[in-house]
Amino acid sequence: MSVLGHYSYWITVILMVAGLYIVIARGNLIKKLIGLSIFQTSVYLLYIAPGKLIGGTAPIVADGFKLYSNPLPHVLILTAIVVGVATLALGLAIVVRIREAYGAIEEDEILAADRDRGAGA
Amino acid sequence: MTLAHLPALEVVVPLLAAPLAVLLRRSSLAWAIATAACAFSFAVALLLASEVSAHGPISYHLGSWPPPWGIEYRVDALSAFVLVLVSGIGTLTALYAWRSIAAELPRDQIYLYYALHCLCVAGLLGMTITGDAFNLFVFMEIASLSSYVLIALGRDRRALVAAYQYLILGTIGATFYVIGVGLLYLSTGTLNMDDLAARLPQAASPRAVLAALAFITVGVSLKLALFPLHLWLPNAYAYAPSAVTAFLAATATKVSVYVLLRFYFGIFGLELVAESLPMREILLVLSLVAIVTASLVALWQADLKRLFAYSSVAQIGYITLGISMASRDGLTAAVVHLFNHGVTKGALFLLVGGIALRAGSAGLECARGLGRTMPLTSLGIVIAGLSLIGVPGTAGFVSKWYLVLGAIEAGRWWLVAFVVATSLIAVAYVWRFVEAAYLSAPGGRTPEPGETPATMLVPAWILVAACVGFGLQTSWTVGGAQRAAALLLGGAP
Repeated sequence: MSVLGHYSYWITVILMVAGLYIVIARGNLIKKLIGLSIFQTSVYLLYIAPGKLIGGTAPIVADGFKLYSNPLPHVLILTAIVVGVATLALGLAIVVRIREAYGAIEEDEILAADRDRGAGA
Repeated sequence: MTLAHLPALEVVVPLLAAPLAVLLRRSSLAWAIATAACAFSFAVALLLASEVSAHGPISYHLGSWPPPWGIEYRVDALSAFVLVLVSGIGTLTALYAWRSIAAELPRDQIYLYYALHCLCVAGLLGMTITGDAFNLFVFMEIASLSSYVLIALGRDRRALVAAYQYLILGTIGATFYVIGVGLLYLSTGTLNMDDLAARLPQAASPRAVLAALAFITVGVSLKLALFPLHLWLPNAYAYAPSAVTAFLAATATKVSVYVLLRFYFGIFGLELVAESLPMREILLVLSLVAIVTASLVALWQADLKRLFAYSSVAQIGYITLGISMASRDGLTAAVVHLFNHGVTKGALFLLVGGIALRAGSAGLECARGLGRTMPLTSLGIVIAGLSLIGVPGTAGFVSKWYLVLGAIEAGRWWLVAFVVATSLIAVAYVWRFVEAAYLSAPGGRTPEPGETPATMLVPAWILVAACVGFGLQTSWTVGGAQRAAALLLGGAP
């Protein structure tokens, strides 16, 4: 059954859309970053899953093994994971600074704080 | 021997300068390292550009692995052009930062600025020079992550929120790009750009390729601030330190435009972009809307940085307008405007930084009477403003001229009228500065009266002189852009 046979793609798509939805729909800065992280993680799956051949082994030449999985997506995604972790760390660091400066991590409270100050000045 | 490795050194030197600046810690040493590294990259970029125009494209195999297996660095007429812009502006803003950043950051954080500046330069140069689609993503993230921090360095607390918003949107953009590249890799099994272009026509599923085109278009458009994906830009430019604003405005969005050009014409090919999806029509409409709305919004801004930030969104509209024509003149206009607008906006933001330093803010009310108190700064803004409008004799005119030629060639006379009419809106917003600076009495007391310090004024005036120079002597810019346009159109299958 091809719909079920492509289940890894379905999971990828669900994660992708869910992550993007959280980024857009949530006003909490931390929750937005969690959504962003889920969104990025879905891409890891998009790359990794098609690289695996059922019954394939690691690409090491040896007798009796004819079917190899593609190692390149793993290498690419290792890089992408590093990038994702760096982005998340930087995002969280900026949220800490925002919390220090505004005393809030809700988007509407922060915007309101700037509006009030703008009106007062 | 070392000469053969210049393409690698172009990126590696600023990349290594960044940790070096962190290790040295002393702000003056960090400044010296950053400036020297950027100047080295600039010299190499000029050398590569002359090499390319004399002997054709250079292909450098990183680690001697031949493409398509290894990562290839590729310098051709288009990338050489962008390399010169990025490294040149990088050098000038590093010089400028000596005084500007010292005034805006605490002493013990200054070395971090220079490290990030080097990282950002290395990332942008890497995006330009690489011939590998995934390597481009990595460099894009190096440039983006460092620019988020650079923006967050701004003194105003709103800089933090601007950096956060840019981080969210920038990461979504980069992730869209990487999804697109992933789909291309699944369809073709390669990541090398030339190899991709050769293999795409035989791709098993044209639908996956179209999805990749859509993802990459949206992702890169977020990065280049194409309307309506520009929302991160005005706040980021307004609250970042002045040197950062000038550097990012002049280079970051331009490199993204370059990536779009590469993918549209170098990889997907005009046929696919124009015929399978209405990309050119979408780009045309978005460009027109960007030019009109962003110019009008710029008219109502009370802050010079925000005013010129919205004007940037409008000017990017002119570049994408040229791309949407997809003709020789249209692409020439896009490439030459990419360069000229980079120079013009760089000059404007550097000079506005001088006002922000002396007056404490870049509000339009601070510009009152500046014609008398800061004559050189105001004159520079007026000249660069003329280039922004596109007055004959300035760089901006050259790009609009080719845009109009492209429109005439396509038989779209209404587009000619549109380009001229929207230039008038630019006249209006530049006039707001002229009115404040020359026709108003000086406003309240400024904390530090006097002309912009010389170390800031000189880099800014080099760019102002370039605005006029490239307006009068067009052979280098237009010649380079024409070769780039020929390359892009010839490269299309």
